[in-house]
Amino acid sequence: MNELAGPTEKDGTMLYLDGVSVSFDGFKALNNLSIIVKPAEMLAIIGPNGAGKTTMMDIITGKTRPDDGEVYFDGRTDLTKLDEAAIANLGIGRKFQKPTVFESHTVWDNLELALKKPRSVFAALSYIAANDDVARIDAILETIRLAGRKGELASGLSHGQKQWLEIGMLLAQDPKLLLVDEPVAGMTDAETVETAKLLKEIAATRSVIVVEHDMSFVRELGTRVSCLAEGSVLAEGTLEQVSANPVVIERYLGR
Amino acid sequence: MITQLVFRALDRKAVWLIAALLLFAAAVPILNLLVPHGSPLHLPNYLVPLFGKYLTYAILALALDLVWGYCGILSLGHAAFFSLGGYAMGMYLMRQIGARGVYGNPVLPDFMVFLQYKQLPWFWLGFDHWWFAFIMVLLVPGLLAFIFGWLAFRSRVTGVYLSIITQAMTYALMLAFFRNDLGFGGNNGLTDYKDILGFNVQAQTTRAALFAISAIALALAVLVCSAIVNSKLGKVMVAIRDAESRTRFLGWRPENVKLFAFVVSALIAGVAGALFVPQVGIINPGEFAPENSIEAVIWVAVGGRGTIVGPIIGALLVNAGKTLFTGALPDYWLFALGGLFVFVTLFMPKGVVGLFAAARGGSRLSNGKAASAAAAMGETPPSSSAKPEPAE
Repeated sequence: MNELAGPTEKDGTMLYLDGVSVSFDGFKALNNLSIIVKPAEMLAIIGPNGAGKTTMMDIITGKTRPDDGEVYFDGRTDLTKLDEAAIANLGIGRKFQKPTVFESHTVWDNLELALKKPRSVFAALSYIAANDDVARIDAILETIRLAGRKGELASGLSHGQKQWLEIGMLLAQDPKLLLVDEPVAGMTDAETVETAKLLKEIAATRSVIVVEHDMSFVRELGTRVSCLAEGSVLAEGTLEQVSANPVVIERYLGR
Repeated sequence: MITQLVFRALDRKAVWLIAALLLFAAAVPILNLLVPHGSPLHLPNYLVPLFGKYLTYAILALALDLVWGYCGILSLGHAAFFSLGGYAMGMYLMRQIGARGVYGNPVLPDFMVFLQYKQLPWFWLGFDHWWFAFIMVLLVPGLLAFIFGWLAFRSRVTGVYLSIITQAMTYALMLAFFRNDLGFGGNNGLTDYKDILGFNVQAQTTRAALFAISAIALALAVLVCSAIVNSKLGKVMVAIRDAESRTRFLGWRPENVKLFAFVVSALIAGVAGALFVPQVGIINPGEFAPENSIEAVIWVAVGGRGTIVGPIIGALLVNAGKTLFTGALPDYWLFALGGLFVFVTLFMPKGVVGLFAAARGGSRLSNGKAASAAAAMGETPPSSSAKPEPAE
């Protein structure tokens, strides 16, 4: 509809959602949602349960198709036309709410599977870890503080360590945009502080969207905040601005 | 690339297994042909094709384990690939009979003369050449698996739904092959073979050779399967088995990985069927029966899925048990088999191999724990003092 304005609006954005709506059996999970994330920018998304946070991630990663609206990556790629694997290979990584690592693989193998490498059947069959790959995985293991446990099965990790391993898998994918769903759920306070530090480091070079309920964690991130409710953006700004917003207090924080 | 794959395939377990199979390939013919009759070490003639049959079942079990144990595809139709490989071999063996059939027709097999065929159907052409038949042994099961898998995996059919349609596939093939006018001998199937590659099928030396070839084929299947599961592709297969959608979000395409595994598995199953037929002396539509596919699943479960040696042990144990049991109490075998499956599922989820690993792993596990505790104390990462383990 806006052929003239459209391209200029999308230019210079990493993620561009405009007027996205989707409904399941008549329930509007997303209602005219518009969000923009710029390169190397972090956006924290808060909001009550059922606000559409996970549905938004499903749409960006190709799991769900929107009924309406535009979803563009890097200002030019229409994500609504692609499937999950294609979107992942474009450079969008996703961390799930419930940590999902490959439990019967070692920590090392989990990272090796995530490492940005050709994903075809025959490339995988003939893959031999190059020195660079080993160095990269070692570096990630240092970052996520799991270097001492690289040979252990992922099923033996604590909940917090699984969350970290999954963040490490995201890093190994070398994405341009990271979608992180409740990264500190089930973490201790100390782990939460460390995670905030890690995500801020990551956001220095990549775009990050963090969905989180934990307000102290969001404060720790110190970044732009969007509050979602009933499938659209209720308020946007710094955490102070958003949490001072009377509508947000009534619909989310107050309850 | 091939040498790298072979090198990686040969981990310690695979080397032992292959060595054992090659030893077996030599020992059975020697004990049967060279050790004189009357010696306690002499292997009776009837046991050679029986053991050979067990080995072809072991190849089928290994093929099934590649898709089920490693990639999470529970195929209840693997007998279809086995039987198609068997029919391709059977057609070759029929053409070798020549004019020695009951009706003495130099071109048409007996059943075609009986059904008043005037000429050989087009799909029988070429089967008088061994090389053509051997290509078909691979091509026909492989092509069926490719088409079936391409449609099923692309549509994201998984779990019990996939199992049911694999079952339907083999059942449909069974009904088709039972029809006389399909041109494969109807319910009698293909039998009364004379020669294979110019050697008498009934001769004891041929049977010993077929046994040895079966053992070598199983060793090759072990090599192929362990090359695949030891590669990064094998890790992707296990990842798909455990968390398919997570694999997708990492950028892998589970449908392609599954299709590869399924086709390789069908090729191996086809070879198993082709080796089965000359040793048993017949192939008929009963081999497509759903029960056969389910029995193969039980072999894998009993031996231990997700391991290379497990399905082989399972196939040998269950079939040896079947031979002994059906000799004593033929009517109760299916009850015993069903009971075995329930028992293994409930009490031995990792099969016989799992029992060994558990018995041996006791000491190894405590070693591992001690090592990781030492590592944690020795090289504590700088931040981990602020990151205590959550109390559980």
